[in-house]
Amino acid sequence: MLRPLPLLTTLVLVGPVLFGLIGSILPASGLLMQSAETPFATALSWPGLPRALAISILSGVLSTLGALAVATLILAGWHGTRAFAVLERALSPLLAVPHAAAALGLAFLVSPSGWIFRIPANLLGWDRAPDLLILGDPWGLSLTAGLIAKETPFLLLMMLAAMGQADAGPRMAIARSLGQGRVAAWLKAVFPTIYAQVRLPVLVVLVFGMTNVDVAIILGPSTPTTLAVQVTRWMTDPDLAARAVAAAGGLILFAATLAVLALWWLGERAIGSVGRAWVWSGIGLPDRAARGVGLTLAGGSAAMVLAGLAALAVWSVAARWAFPDMLPEALTWRSWMRFGPDMAQTALTTLGLAVTATAVSLLLVIGCLEAEVRHGLSLGQRALWLLYLPLLVPQVTFLPGLQLLPLTLGIGPSIWLVLAGHIVFVLPYVFLSLQGPFRAWDGRLARVAAGLGTSQNRVLWRLRLPMLVSPVLTAVAVGMAVSIGQYLTTLLLGGGRVTTLVTEAVALSSGGDRRAIGVWGLGQAVAALLPFALALGVPAIVFRNRRGLRHV
Amino acid sequence: MSDGLRFDDVAISRDERLLLAVDARIPPGEVLTLMGPSGSGKSTLLSLVMGDLPAAFRATGRVVLNGTDLTGLDVAARHVGILYQDPLLFPHLDVATNLAFGLPRGGRRADRRATVDAALADIGLAGFGARDPATLSGGQAARVALMRTLLSRPAALLLDEPFSKLDTGLRDQMRELVFGRARVARVPVLMVTHDEADAQAAGGQVIRLD
Repeated sequence: MLRPLPLLTTLVLVGPVLFGLIGSILPASGLLMQSAETPFATALSWPGLPRALAISILSGVLSTLGALAVATLILAGWHGTRAFAVLERALSPLLAVPHAAAALGLAFLVSPSGWIFRIPANLLGWDRAPDLLILGDPWGLSLTAGLIAKETPFLLLMMLAAMGQADAGPRMAIARSLGQGRVAAWLKAVFPTIYAQVRLPVLVVLVFGMTNVDVAIILGPSTPTTLAVQVTRWMTDPDLAARAVAAAGGLILFAATLAVLALWWLGERAIGSVGRAWVWSGIGLPDRAARGVGLTLAGGSAAMVLAGLAALAVWSVAARWAFPDMLPEALTWRSWMRFGPDMAQTALTTLGLAVTATAVSLLLVIGCLEAEVRHGLSLGQRALWLLYLPLLVPQVTFLPGLQLLPLTLGIGPSIWLVLAGHIVFVLPYVFLSLQGPFRAWDGRLARVAAGLGTSQNRVLWRLRLPMLVSPVLTAVAVGMAVSIGQYLTTLLLGGGRVTTLVTEAVALSSGGDRRAIGVWGLGQAVAALLPFALALGVPAIVFRNRRGLRHV
Repeated sequence: MSDGLRFDDVAISRDERLLLAVDARIPPGEVLTLMGPSGSGKSTLLSLVMGDLPAAFRATGRVVLNGTDLTGLDVAARHVGILYQDPLLFPHLDVATNLAFGLPRGGRRADRRATVDAALADIGLAGFGARDPATLSGGQAARVALMRTLLSRPAALLLDEPFSKLDTGLRDQMRELVFGRARVARVPVLMVTHDEADAQAAGGQVIRLD
């Protein structure tokens, strides 16, 4: 019964990407949809294209370099210290905060009338917000900064997970005894191994940075915007012909992404040889300064995201709140009463999608992993690339096709299409999150049980899964957070008619109603964080009398 | 001033319980062997000299290397080399770059190359510079690890059960090489082991813990 699952999972991962690419290429070439004549030419002659491409590439590359640098510096300078433990605890929940919610919070914080500018305003007695273009600055710098703050925790936790394979403790001892400072020793002796392990996640961050839509709508420039946002505008244009142009735009962005990935690959080689020359030179680094910079940047970005969430929370309960007051004059539940009922309705749809997509993914993942145990069937050597495929091909490239191709077959956008789309993105994360603990489970227990006459199914249901309840719940929480964060999937595959917390929050971001943004942004963050709290809490209660199963 | 490695009334305790107390001097080129079963705390003495004693431990007394009190000094500034039972060559660097890792700064690139090549020839591995460390035999890797440490011109050498993973035949060879090199370089050596033969080969003072 398990045998077809690995193949089925492969189809779920690869099928939509291929299907979507074909569905984008055909209309972009003027086929499939009669209304459009020369979509590629139209997209290429859009006057904003060079600037939009430049901003996409700039914000993507800079945010990836930035997040990688901050995560690396903090690990190199502080791993194993108390400060690091504190920071790790602060950063982990940030991972679950959806991109849109984090971006909305940051927007509140850094806008000219936000908390940050209220500090000098109070000190210097300004009574009006400064006239500065910070949000949506023309070169996407606040977009880049927001992406760095949001992606640093992701890369940091990925790198932490890879530390086990890098033998970091003894290598650091050797390198430091050979006269290297802490940061230099880590960079020279440990980083290359870690980087090799987290290469795919880094590329995911790079592709996301170049092609994301939700963060760019909230923090990015508007005229012209990033190419990904422009593609989304074309896709949601009432004129159907614009959709073929959107497909073409998505493919242009895809080509740019591939070019940047190739350059990144060359950059990796170059850094490799620079690194070797550095080792030969024996030159170190100013250790104190490097550690200070690392702690400041990592602490700063964590503090920004947290303060942003706090700003959302305060605005959601603010009565009158004039510039430059640091806090509102009074607190009120009025905004929650006003938007609460609507939000509860939307939250139900959101959670329904998240639970269903996660349940389907979990079934496929456990089935695949169990098929590996029982029949030696696995997704093969290239499994990792397969898992990363939907994350490495830009969403704006294949999602338009995924809407357009079914449309020509008479299948319009619907919640079912949205659900299918969510599964494509939830599945890889559930798999990545569960595969390690599942494979690390002590197989001798299964053999002992088999010796006692236990069937394989019973071993799975009564032994393996109960013992793995903690990682399974974590995988569920990860899956739900991914689903709750899906903006473009929901928007495009739902044809604008499926509303979730994220589509609503992003839609509100262009308006000026800060209380509404506060309520919806916070609602989205809480919806994504709640499953994580449960994933931590439930095993602690269930296993309160089982010392061997704590901290699994 | 080079009077070796001195332990002035050093005592290490954990949770108010005394783990070990040492008062000794290791003259340059000689070996002090610390013997005891695992868990006796002998490795914590190495950590103290290295400067990475875990926070759970408390140390009193002074460790003095060639007249300099090591207390509070940064790990990288101590010039204390260490060899473990695994050679721990950096797997992402070739053999020559591993050796270059510990070379003190300065000198032209060509000179540094020449130093590394000479060091390779010295341990019978001429021409091995471009090799992946993973392709070396156990004995070859152990020699490269020793040479990597020596090239950094350590003021003291710590050995943490350094021969326990080698085949019996190789073990004698490696002991001879390590102790011989330390003697020539006039480096004081602190060795932690539970192998009686190691202590005999070292031929210096022995402290037994239990």
